[in-house]
Amino acid sequence: MGDIFSSLALVVVGIAIFVAVLGALYWLASQLPEPWRERARTAVFIGPGIILLLGLVIPALLNFRFSFLDRDEEWYGFGNYRDIFTNDNNIKVLANTLWWGILVTGVSTVIGITIARFADRMRGEPFAKALIFLPTAISMVGAGIIWNFVYSPKEYGLLNSMLRLLPGEQETKFFLQDPKLFGIQSNYVPGLNTILIMVVIIWIQAGFATVVISAALKGVPDDLVEAAKIDGATDRQAFYKVVLPYIKGTIITVATTVVIAVLKIFDIIQTMGKGGSFGTSTMANEMYEQAFPQDNEGLGAAWAVLLFVAVAPIVFVNARNQRAMREGR
Amino acid sequence: MSTLTMKNLQKKYPNGYEAVPGLDLHVDDGEFLVLVGPSGCGKSTVLRMVAGLEDISGGDLLIDDVVVNDRGPQQRDIAMVFQSYALYPNMTVEGNIAFAMKLRKTDKDVIKAKVAEVAELLELTAVLDRKPGQLSGGQRQRVAMGRAIVREPKLFLMDEPLSNLDAKLRVQTRAEIAKLQRRLGVTTMYVTHDQVEAMTMGDRVAVLRRGILMQCASPAQLYEAPDNLFVAQFIGSPSMNVLRGKVSSAGDEGIALELAGQTITLTGASAQRLAGLAAYVGQEIAIGMRPEAIGGDGTATIDIDVDLVEMLGSEKLVHATMGAPSVRSTDTAIETGSGNESTVVASLDPRREIRVGERVTLTLDTLRLHAFDLSTGAAIGRSTS
Repeated sequence: MGDIFSSLALVVVGIAIFVAVLGALYWLASQLPEPWRERARTAVFIGPGIILLLGLVIPALLNFRFSFLDRDEEWYGFGNYRDIFTNDNNIKVLANTLWWGILVTGVSTVIGITIARFADRMRGEPFAKALIFLPTAISMVGAGIIWNFVYSPKEYGLLNSMLRLLPGEQETKFFLQDPKLFGIQSNYVPGLNTILIMVVIIWIQAGFATVVISAALKGVPDDLVEAAKIDGATDRQAFYKVVLPYIKGTIITVATTVVIAVLKIFDIIQTMGKGGSFGTSTMANEMYEQAFPQDNEGLGAAWAVLLFVAVAPIVFVNARNQRAMREGR
Repeated sequence: MSTLTMKNLQKKYPNGYEAVPGLDLHVDDGEFLVLVGPSGCGKSTVLRMVAGLEDISGGDLLIDDVVVNDRGPQQRDIAMVFQSYALYPNMTVEGNIAFAMKLRKTDKDVIKAKVAEVAELLELTAVLDRKPGQLSGGQRQRVAMGRAIVREPKLFLMDEPLSNLDAKLRVQTRAEIAKLQRRLGVTTMYVTHDQVEAMTMGDRVAVLRRGILMQCASPAQLYEAPDNLFVAQFIGSPSMNVLRGKVSSAGDEGIALELAGQTITLTGASAQRLAGLAAYVGQEIAIGMRPEAIGGDGTATIDIDVDLVEMLGSEKLVHATMGAPSVRSTDTAIETGSGNESTVVASLDPRREIRVGERVTLTLDTLRLHAFDLSTGAAIGRSTS
């Protein structure tokens, strides 16, 4: 208990010092004559941000340099990158990450749109939405542990128990160790284990998508749907041709947010895929696995650079979409 | 071409509120009917029931003598112009106008030709590939019109289509819509709260109060012969002056009214018009005078105390005090003003010299005098019906 209080006190003191320093600087800046006063004030507020940014940029640059070194920190050129794109295991990781981005983003968004559409103006809508949103609040590690129970081959494994209810002799399945999908095992096809882990993230992300899209749906003017109906549109046509385009910006925001979260998928692979075993690894997982357990910092750094390259364009799309939404269609 | 008929049309909400207790109304083929009334009078509800956007609680709605109560808006072959225009923001002007035809899988060349024709008519050709967000208010309004007329529907429904335009554009567009409707000859129901729009555009005007039809007649008839106090005061701007008066006598020599301590005698045609007053001898009634019935031609006179003179160029509005309480028909009841004084407005020739503070004697055109029953608000006419 005492520890908690002393930690809390430290936090409060820390924040107080931060505010006091900023306040003092701001006060000092306010004493300056124009035109310096406004510039100094701006600097006071932007300054901490720039310091934080440097704290990000410098390690990023160091990481970039690291990615050209080998396991023994000798110069390796583009060797790490070559290995990533030629080594079978690494190609599996790239393909997995791509599937994660496509399947989880697509399915979560579609589920979000569907639930938001049909729950809209339903009785008990807020309650239903709260239930759907709940998984979003669960930590990924927690979710991983919960779902491990579902997929477990042990007695309490929910999925296996359900299978046992089927007629005939059912063998116990080791779902999370099954790298095949419909009997296919390929570098380019995600295994059943990967798909089952994706289900967990869809379970989490669909709630987020539903809540955000549902809010956007409520912002669609009734007039617009009514006009479409008078123009002869069925409910379905009105939804696809008028409502969906109207909330396009929100859907892009949801999809880009999910895709960024999914590309960085790591903790669930650690908890459910045993750190990427049985062909479940992804880029972020590989970054960690190589850099730390495998002690190959160069390769880990190269994965980090690739991850950044993969996420950057999505952030750009997201930013442009946000601007378009602000400026109105 | 089509007709629209409402037989005892009702709208009740689940909470028990009766927005429209039972409306009988008929719109003739090619007619322009304006539904007018203060806000909350149920006019939009009626329009939305006709459009199929609102369920009908009772009675029948007929388009071309076919009951369409249970048809969705898609199956009624109507077009509607919304107050907000409700343009599809993601589509171009062309897309907006063509949307209904595309849904019906009309031939592409036909769509193109029709859109071009409508765009030409509404001067939208130059902006066909723009999105609604890039258009001015007037252009948006025209796109909304274009979307309606391109379909050649059985009915046009318009829900306050001018209220988002500025005053000048509104006057101009008002005339354009009326002209367009006459040219296309499509049966039209138009909802507005603005009595000037109602008077200028409609072949007939239906005045609604709390879901009840107060009168449906031509603009001239509504103005000259209102059925009741509500219509009398709703139509006309400035509105009719209505004061509490008394019928002192009625006989062969005419009818004598007492108003603010003055006597007004009606003889000949003026007396015949209001012969029903004979039943009110000795009783109080509401006496109505349009602003322009004061100070023009007339046989009777009234004295007024001038408080304010407004010079409008084409007329001079004189606000004056008379020594009788005013009577107002509100949304729910007929109210008599407190005190024994009220303000009347007279519209005079602008060249006439009138000074504030003066007591002046003005003529009163007794042929344009109106009388109403104080308890029911019904107009008193030739007979006591």
